[in-house]
Amino acid sequence: MSKIRRDYENSLWRKLVRFVYGENDSFHEKAGYDIEHPETEKRKEETFFEEVDYTKKKKESDKFFAKYSAIAEKRGEKVYNHFYKFLAAITCFSIIMILLVTVAKLPSFGNPDNPVNNEVSERYIEQGLEETGAVNIVAGMILDYRAFDTLGESHVLFIACVCVMILLRLDKETNDPEKLKALENDRDFEPKNEAILQHAAKILVPVIILFGIYIVLNGHISPGGGFAGGAIIGSGLILYLNAFGFKKTEMFFTTKTFSVVSVSSLLFYSLSKTYSFFTGANDLHSIIGPGTPGAILSAGLILPLNIAVGAVVACTMYGFYALFRKGGI
Amino acid sequence: MLEFLSGLNDKPFEAVAIILFGIGFTTLFLHPNLIKKIMGLNIMDTAVYLFLAAKGFIYGRKAPIVVDGVTSMEAYINPIPSGLVLTGIVVSVSVTAVMLALTVRLYRRYHTLDIDEILKIIRKEGN
Repeated sequence: MSKIRRDYENSLWRKLVRFVYGENDSFHEKAGYDIEHPETEKRKEETFFEEVDYTKKKKESDKFFAKYSAIAEKRGEKVYNHFYKFLAAITCFSIIMILLVTVAKLPSFGNPDNPVNNEVSERYIEQGLEETGAVNIVAGMILDYRAFDTLGESHVLFIACVCVMILLRLDKETNDPEKLKALENDRDFEPKNEAILQHAAKILVPVIILFGIYIVLNGHISPGGGFAGGAIIGSGLILYLNAFGFKKTEMFFTTKTFSVVSVSSLLFYSLSKTYSFFTGANDLHSIIGPGTPGAILSAGLILPLNIAVGAVVACTMYGFYALFRKGGI
Repeated sequence: MLEFLSGLNDKPFEAVAIILFGIGFTTLFLHPNLIKKIMGLNIMDTAVYLFLAAKGFIYGRKAPIVVDGVTSMEAYINPIPSGLVLTGIVVSVSVTAVMLALTVRLYRRYHTLDIDEILKIIRKEGN
C-alpha cells in the first residue's frame, strides 16, 4: 500500500498536478527524507558487519581451498596427462564428424549451378574488365570494387607491426642487464659472416627483390599484386639481413624508414581512394581512366594502390622479423 | 554404416578441410604449449582457406585472368573466394605475429611456455 502511494507521490502526473495547483512540495520531500533516513542507516550498518564477516570467512575458506585444491590439482594433472591423447582424439573425432555431416549436405564440388556462383561474380567477370581496366579480375575486385576491404587489410598489417613493436622493442640506452644481454647475444646462435651464405645472398637478393617489384608492378595484368610482391620483397630483405647483419641493413632501413614508408603509403591509399569514391559517387568525371587493358600503365588506380600495398607489406614483413630477432627495426 | 556421409563422395577438398580444421581446433583447445596452440590456430586458418578455395572452383574453367578479351561467366571460376582468402591470409599473419610477441613476453616473465605452469605461478603470486 505504502509502496504504491510513494510511487504515486513521485510520479510525473502527481508532479504535474502539484505544479498546476502551485503546491509547494517541500514538506513532502522533507517528510520522505525523514522517513527513509533511518532505514538506509540501518541497512548500511548491516552490510558493514556482513562485510567483515564475509572477509573473515573468505580468508578461512581460501586457506581451506588452497590446502585441498593443491592435492586435487596434482591428481587432476596426472589424470589429464594420462588421458590427454585419448581425450584429444575423442574431441577431434567428434568435431570432425559433426562438421562432416554438415558438409555432406552442401552443394557438390565444382558444379557451375551452385548458389555461390551468383550474380555478384557474374558482374565482376562480365563488367570488370570494362569498368576497372584490370585484366586480373581478382586485382580489379579487391582494389577497385572492394578497395575499402584492402585498405582495412593494410591497416591491420601496420597495426599488428606496431603492436609487436610495443611488445618486443628494446631500448638501446637501457640499464636493464637482461635487455643488454639480449642485445649482445643477438647473433649468438646465428652464423656470423658465413662465406657461403654471403655469396649466395649477393647473387640471390637482387633477383628476389627484382622479382618482387615485377610482381607488384604487374599485379593488374597477371597473377600477383601488392600482397604477394610485398611478401617477396620482404623475404629478400630478410635474406640480406641474415647474410650481412644489422649494421648493413641499418644503413638503409631504420625505424624512421619503416614509419615514413608505411604511413605515407597508407595515406596515399586513403587519399587516392577518397578521390575515386568521391568522383564515382557524385557521377563526376575522374581524371584517372581505366586505360587500355593489358598495358602496364592502365587500370586506373590499381597500379599505384598495388605499389602502396606492396610497400606496406614489405615493411611489415621485414619489421616482424627484425623485431622478433633483436627487438627493434 | 556411414550413409549420412555418402554426400562427401563428390566433395573431397571440403572433407580434407574439415579434417584439418578439427586437428587444428583440438591442438588449439587442448595442447598446453603456447607455441603449439598458435600452430593449431594456423592449421585452422589453412583449413578455412582450402574450404573457401574449394567453394570457388568450377570444373573446366580457368583462373579469373582475362585471356583474349573473353569476358563471359562460362570461362572463369568464381573470383570472390580468392579475394576472401587473401583477406584471411593477411589477418592470420597479423594475428600470428601478435600472439607470438605475447608468447615471447610471457616466456621472459615466467620462463616456461606451458600454460598450466604459467597459471600455477600466477595463482601462487596472487596469494
